[in-house]
Amino acid sequence: MPETHSEPHLQHHFVALEQQQEASTLGMWAFLITEIMFFGGLFTLFTAYVSAYSEAFAEGSRHLDLVLGAVNTVVLIGSSFTMAMAVRSAQLGKRKALLGFLALTTLLGCAFLGIKGIEYAHKFKQRLLPGPAFRVDSPASQHVQLFFSFYFAMTGLHALHMVVGVGLMTWLLFHGWRGRFTPTYFWPVELSGLYWHFVDIVWIFLFPVLYLVARHS
Amino acid sequence: MSTLATARPANYLSVDPGVMSWLLTKDHKRIGILYLVSISVFFLVGAVSAAVIRLSLFTPEGALLHGQAYNKMFSLHGISMIFFFLIPSIPAVLGNFLLPLMIGARDVAFPRLNLLSWYIFVLGGASTLIAATTGGVDTGWTFYTPFSSIYSNTNVTLTAVGVFITGFSSILTGLNFLVTIHKMRAPGLSWSRLPLFVWAHYATSLIMILGTPVVAITLLMVGLERGLGIGLFDPALGGDPILFQHLFWFYSHPAVYIMILPSMGVVSEVIACFSRKRIFGYEFVAGSSLAIAVIGFFVWGHHMFVSGQSVYAGLVFSLLSFLVAIPSGVKVFNWTATLYKGSVAYHAPMLYALGFIGLFTIGGLTGLFLATLGTDVHLTDTYFVVAHFHYIMVGGAITGFMGGLHFWWPKITGWLYPEGWSRAAALLLFVGFNLTFFPQFILGYNGMLRRTYTYPPEFQVLNVMSTAGASILAVGYLIPVIYLLWSLRYGQAAGPNPWGATGLEWTAPSPPPPGNFEKIPVVTEEAYAYSTMETRRA
Amino acid sequence: MLFGLRLFPEQASTMAGQVDALLLFLLAVSLFFIGLIFLTVIVFAIRYRRRSEAERPQPIHGSLPLELLWTIIPLGLALVMFGWGAWLYFALNRPPADAMEVFVVAKQWMWKFQHPSGMREINELHVPLGRPVKVTMTSEDAIHSFGVSDFRIKMDVVPGRYTTAWFEATKPGEYRLGCAEYCGTEHAKMVGRVVVMRPEAYEAWLRGAPTGISLAAAGEKVFQQNGCAACHLSAGAGPGPSLAGIFGKPVKLATGQTVTADDAYLRESILDPQAKLVAGYPPIMPSLKGMLGEEQVTQLLAYIKSLAADQKAKAAP
Repeated sequence: MPETHSEPHLQHHFVALEQQQEASTLGMWAFLITEIMFFGGLFTLFTAYVSAYSEAFAEGSRHLDLVLGAVNTVVLIGSSFTMAMAVRSAQLGKRKALLGFLALTTLLGCAFLGIKGIEYAHKFKQRLLPGPAFRVDSPASQHVQLFFSFYFAMTGLHALHMVVGVGLMTWLLFHGWRGRFTPTYFWPVELSGLYWHFVDIVWIFLFPVLYLVARHS
Repeated sequence: MSTLATARPANYLSVDPGVMSWLLTKDHKRIGILYLVSISVFFLVGAVSAAVIRLSLFTPEGALLHGQAYNKMFSLHGISMIFFFLIPSIPAVLGNFLLPLMIGARDVAFPRLNLLSWYIFVLGGASTLIAATTGGVDTGWTFYTPFSSIYSNTNVTLTAVGVFITGFSSILTGLNFLVTIHKMRAPGLSWSRLPLFVWAHYATSLIMILGTPVVAITLLMVGLERGLGIGLFDPALGGDPILFQHLFWFYSHPAVYIMILPSMGVVSEVIACFSRKRIFGYEFVAGSSLAIAVIGFFVWGHHMFVSGQSVYAGLVFSLLSFLVAIPSGVKVFNWTATLYKGSVAYHAPMLYALGFIGLFTIGGLTGLFLATLGTDVHLTDTYFVVAHFHYIMVGGAITGFMGGLHFWWPKITGWLYPEGWSRAAALLLFVGFNLTFFPQFILGYNGMLRRTYTYPPEFQVLNVMSTAGASILAVGYLIPVIYLLWSLRYGQAAGPNPWGATGLEWTAPSPPPPGNFEKIPVVTEEAYAYSTMETRRA
Repeated sequence: MLFGLRLFPEQASTMAGQVDALLLFLLAVSLFFIGLIFLTVIVFAIRYRRRSEAERPQPIHGSLPLELLWTIIPLGLALVMFGWGAWLYFALNRPPADAMEVFVVAKQWMWKFQHPSGMREINELHVPLGRPVKVTMTSEDAIHSFGVSDFRIKMDVVPGRYTTAWFEATKPGEYRLGCAEYCGTEHAKMVGRVVVMRPEAYEAWLRGAPTGISLAAAGEKVFQQNGCAACHLSAGAGPGPSLAGIFGKPVKLATGQTVTADDAYLRESILDPQAKLVAGYPPIMPSLKGMLGEEQVTQLLAYIKSLAADQKAKAAP
């Protein structure tokens, strides 16, 4: 039978809080590795096609809104900064700062999703959504459509991860508000931070790959 | 002994026996049982479809099924056996049950995640079963584009979604095991003292984590292509169907090792126990698991020697495929050497383990015929391939699963099954298996193509032999089901260590209590220290 | 044949014997190891069977020399298999230069063949004995696979690209052709036969069959009907590059790269003209995708090749 523990956050099957924290951290890293493989599959496919149809992909890329994309990049980098500050605040036990930075991160995350939504709406109106309704005036329209298939699949998957991230932030806000995090128990904040940074990094790859690299000619 | 049968101490089965407590359990042992029940359903589906296929191939024109009906049947067989039985079989049932016990932990690192992965499995399985009953699916388990994305008029999307969902169950299980093995080992249990079953699961977890996401995203793309007309793999839209094959096999070849590595882990435990010896060359057997997991990621192209990929790519994949055969050979030699000067007892688990060595050897060596470029051209897509992978997956993986189930059944349930019946079933399965699948090597070499519901009349004799063997196999699987269930009611109490085995799981009561151990054990010796183990009570 | 049991397929091509030789080598090595393992396991299991419950055998930790032995010997054998197999694979993938070319279009669930003479066949391919035959294949729908086990050859037939295989038949007769890659409902019935005839009989068969025009002539028709001639025949003076003698020659692209004008390149340029634009020409050619079937494309290719032959013929004298 499990021994009784004095530490309230220790789950019964761990021997010590340190073991629990190490396990959670390793678990998050392992999870992020599966995420890399997940996006990696898409990036591999994209690379294969971008070398085969560089012209058409450049043309597709020129249909993207560079300004909104760049703004979104800045928004996300900002959110990574506020996330890092939130982790720092949790570590120092500053509850108010933690809540403030978490709220800011949530807000920036929502801003990113909002801007992405505007971009999607534009594409939809310009009939750039792949499928029977897709129209683009180009001799290589099929390959432009392929580009947009990647655009929607990759940014859509990324946006889905952002939605999960915003959910995580809300959960942290709730528990932070109830004062659950202490300088000895803040790894949920730290690990959510890892996830958030990972999702940012995916965008840091997506932005140049979709908006810039393919545009070269 | 029999007095124990009426008054067993509180264990994971007896505490809180309500249905809800099972459905909300976070106990790794109960989750293992939940998996056992659910994969049994899929084994039944896969086995019945296999029986129908074999019956239909009794005559050259197809005795039962033609055209699409036949195609749906072999697709159902492949999909349920591979994704819903073989991949989860040993890891999700025995791995879940035993890993924490073997490393002296109270549970896996993330018990809630563990339960979640079972629910994900059930959800994915349910989608696939619904797809199978509403229109079925006729793409085979390989989902090759553009047939799957454009030309098939069956329920491909829902099936792909089901497999996609189940992939996450596999990923989460692998993640849980990886962290558990890294962080939850009892004091003194260093890496060099780990049981080989744990090593095998460590290697398996790596493949689950690294490979499964790739097939998940690939099947998602097939689903999107079908649903929305996005043409990632459609040549008509500028896509490349060969790319699908690359991504698919990048996972699906390593997936073969997800099926076979845990089985190898079982065999190592069983052979050590029933020869009462340390596994010969422990380090090499452990290391070969990792070598197989790593090299296994770079051999996928050997499924594509005639796909039109460049001949130079074929060259590289062929060479790497030979390299991955070497560590498998090392294992077989070391198991054989373990018997030398041992004390060999012929209990059912041992019969399965010895059967595994034989069948895996045949399966592995025939794999060389397919890794060799010049012969693969002739043999690929014939029954030679079918025979080869059934030797690995049924002769290897399922034989290992049966061996493991028999080995740990007393630990899992606390009851012993009848010795005579269990040995007879093991022998029957060995005979039935060879009779079913050996003729298929000859059929394949003579040019009988796979996935066909008709065949030239000159192949009938061998097909009838194969079908006859399959009926023996069916009986061979039915007998254990009966006596294992029988043992739950009439079996003798097993006691904590009926086989006199080493390993921490045998120090816990059978069945173990919810927290596994009174006190976290401290390990002071290497695995399989049979010579120094004090003679235990039977 | 043994009680109606066939144990070995017919050897009906120049490659069949070589593939079988390699196979027998593999079989010998396999039987040796299967015998070794089975025998050792059985002998050990009986010799060291448990005689008393109190037995405690001495532990043996392992042996590095043994581990090396059973790593290095299999590795050596594996490398021999690899080398031999790779050598054969190259031979199977390199058709002789003088091979007779047959175009194959696969579709659910039939095989369509076009001979150079323009002769067309369905599910039946007549070829002369003792002459290498190269099949250039593409699919109109799913992936198929062209497999003739008596010739020991197989190659996938992929939509959107050409794949090739070749064989030289060594025995007159009829050989089973099957689709080896699963392709849907009637995959099992996507079978045909390869009829190998003595050269005289083959010539007679060609003459006796309903006369069509040659493949190249059919291609010329397609070329005229689709207006290709307006741009492509005026030796560089028209809006498009001249096609005379272009087959097999390097072509400089607008991107600065150079490609060889082979089947794959020409096919792509017909169906997707802007993909690899020739340097110095504007991207004005419309795509012929959807207007031409795969068979017509192969006819065009035959025509373009015939232009190359004319060129050579002119240069030679």
